[in-house]
Amino acid sequence: MFGEWLNTVVQGVLLGGLYGMFAMGLALIWGVMRLVNIAHGDFILLGAYVALVFGETAGLHPLAALPAVVALMFLLGFVLQRAVLNRTLGKGLLPPLLVTFGLSVVVQNLLLQFFSADSKALRAEGLTTASLRLGDALTIGWFPLGVFLAALLMGLGLQFLFARTAFGRALRATSDDQETVQLVGVDEKKMYALAMGLAFAMMALAGVLLGMRTSFSPTDGPANLLFAFEAVVIGGLGSFWGTFAGGILLGVAQSVGFRFDPGWGLLVGHFVFLAVLLFRPEGLFPKTR
Amino acid sequence: MTLLATRGLTAFYGDFQALFGVDFELAEGEIAAVIGANGAGKSTFLRSIAGLNAVPADTVSFAGKPVGGLGAHRLARLGVSLVPEGRRLFPSLSVEENLLVGKSTGREGSWTLERVYQLFPRLAERRDAPATLLSGGEQQMAALGRALMGNPRLLLCDEISLGLAPIVVKAIYGALPTLTRDGLSLVIVEQDIGTALAVAQRAWCFQHGRVSLSGQAAALTRDAISRAYFGL
Repeated sequence: MFGEWLNTVVQGVLLGGLYGMFAMGLALIWGVMRLVNIAHGDFILLGAYVALVFGETAGLHPLAALPAVVALMFLLGFVLQRAVLNRTLGKGLLPPLLVTFGLSVVVQNLLLQFFSADSKALRAEGLTTASLRLGDALTIGWFPLGVFLAALLMGLGLQFLFARTAFGRALRATSDDQETVQLVGVDEKKMYALAMGLAFAMMALAGVLLGMRTSFSPTDGPANLLFAFEAVVIGGLGSFWGTFAGGILLGVAQSVGFRFDPGWGLLVGHFVFLAVLLFRPEGLFPKTR
Repeated sequence: MTLLATRGLTAFYGDFQALFGVDFELAEGEIAAVIGANGAGKSTFLRSIAGLNAVPADTVSFAGKPVGGLGAHRLARLGVSLVPEGRRLFPSLSVEENLLVGKSTGREGSWTLERVYQLFPRLAERRDAPATLLSGGEQQMAALGRALMGNPRLLLCDEISLGLAPIVVKAIYGALPTLTRDGLSLVIVEQDIGTALAVAQRAWCFQHGRVSLSGQAAALTRDAISRAYFGL
């Protein structure tokens, strides 16, 4: 009995790593430019579809295609920010919300157009089914463990980037005061574009891993956005660790819910999100200073 | 050699016209004081030079090139550095990080953390403190240090004595003349006339967005200044 619950929690933690990955991209963009990207989930899916194209045309394994997918998505994010999203900034929260909502609709329909509504999967031959047996009730899949470690590395990398590098310092300064940062020679529009490129690269990684984990279809984007959003709210915007922890809590909540009843999984996740929003709206790990 | 010149500079503060054809010039290595009452257009003047206000290209020239409307980050890279009113340190960065981010101009030069700490030893003691925990004087030193870290040719200082104790003002103004020895030029906007005129070679008095008086700082009489200042 205990073993089964332990297994449930462990699976939830591993699933939560993926949500943490979704959420860190969202939190990065919000933190740097106060933009909520409604198309976040759809662009995650786009990453999976790009990998699918590489697989179907060149026969590439999803992980072999990953560097190219990440690079392409970085470029897309950079160009999108430069050409479109930068124009929506500085006029309040609404313009970026409306534009990214529009982008979400566009991406969904383009995916429907090119890939039909059928669900697809990224084939990874054996890699995603191998597992490590740790006891009678506890088995850990190598792939979910790898996803979790990748998310952990992403969090570490972001923390390092922001705390220790000149680029991260300039990003924080840009987030603090986008006028003054220009006075020290930082092109704030370019910083936004680089940050969006980085977020898209993270989304590409998350999307490919998502596609290897489960099947996906063009209309799944909003659900991904919702999970990212819930993880951010649960964790708070204090640090990438908080956001990552929010993802893990969401994963555990869903996993425990599924254990009670398959219909309850997502619902329990939503309840945890609502409870945090009601009783601790700043999140469980808010900014400390 | 003239480093900075404005010709018929007009600029707006929101919808409100703040400058009406300002002619100004600054020689390399010179300190100029810009004085005037509240709302005379002094801050708008500095912001226009630094690229924060859009102005026609040919109304501002720097090192012989038209630079009006170029954009603040481009001007910072050319060597124009504004120490903004209210210091505007980055609150989520430590003192040292604030100084380091000043290097984003990518300009070569002799300014390093060590040199800033030598100029303002107080900052060395507070290097790891968040910028928000500094006293007003320390914040002003950090804002100046941040600007210097970019190795500017021209430093624009907006009301750096505002709200500071006289002894702190003395410490900060005492540091300014040493800066010009490396060829740095300064424009100092002040409401405290005595402080500004004591370090400046030339003074420019603004009134309602126009230059109402200019000349050698030492040659200006109290009477002439108060007439130009208040329009009496």
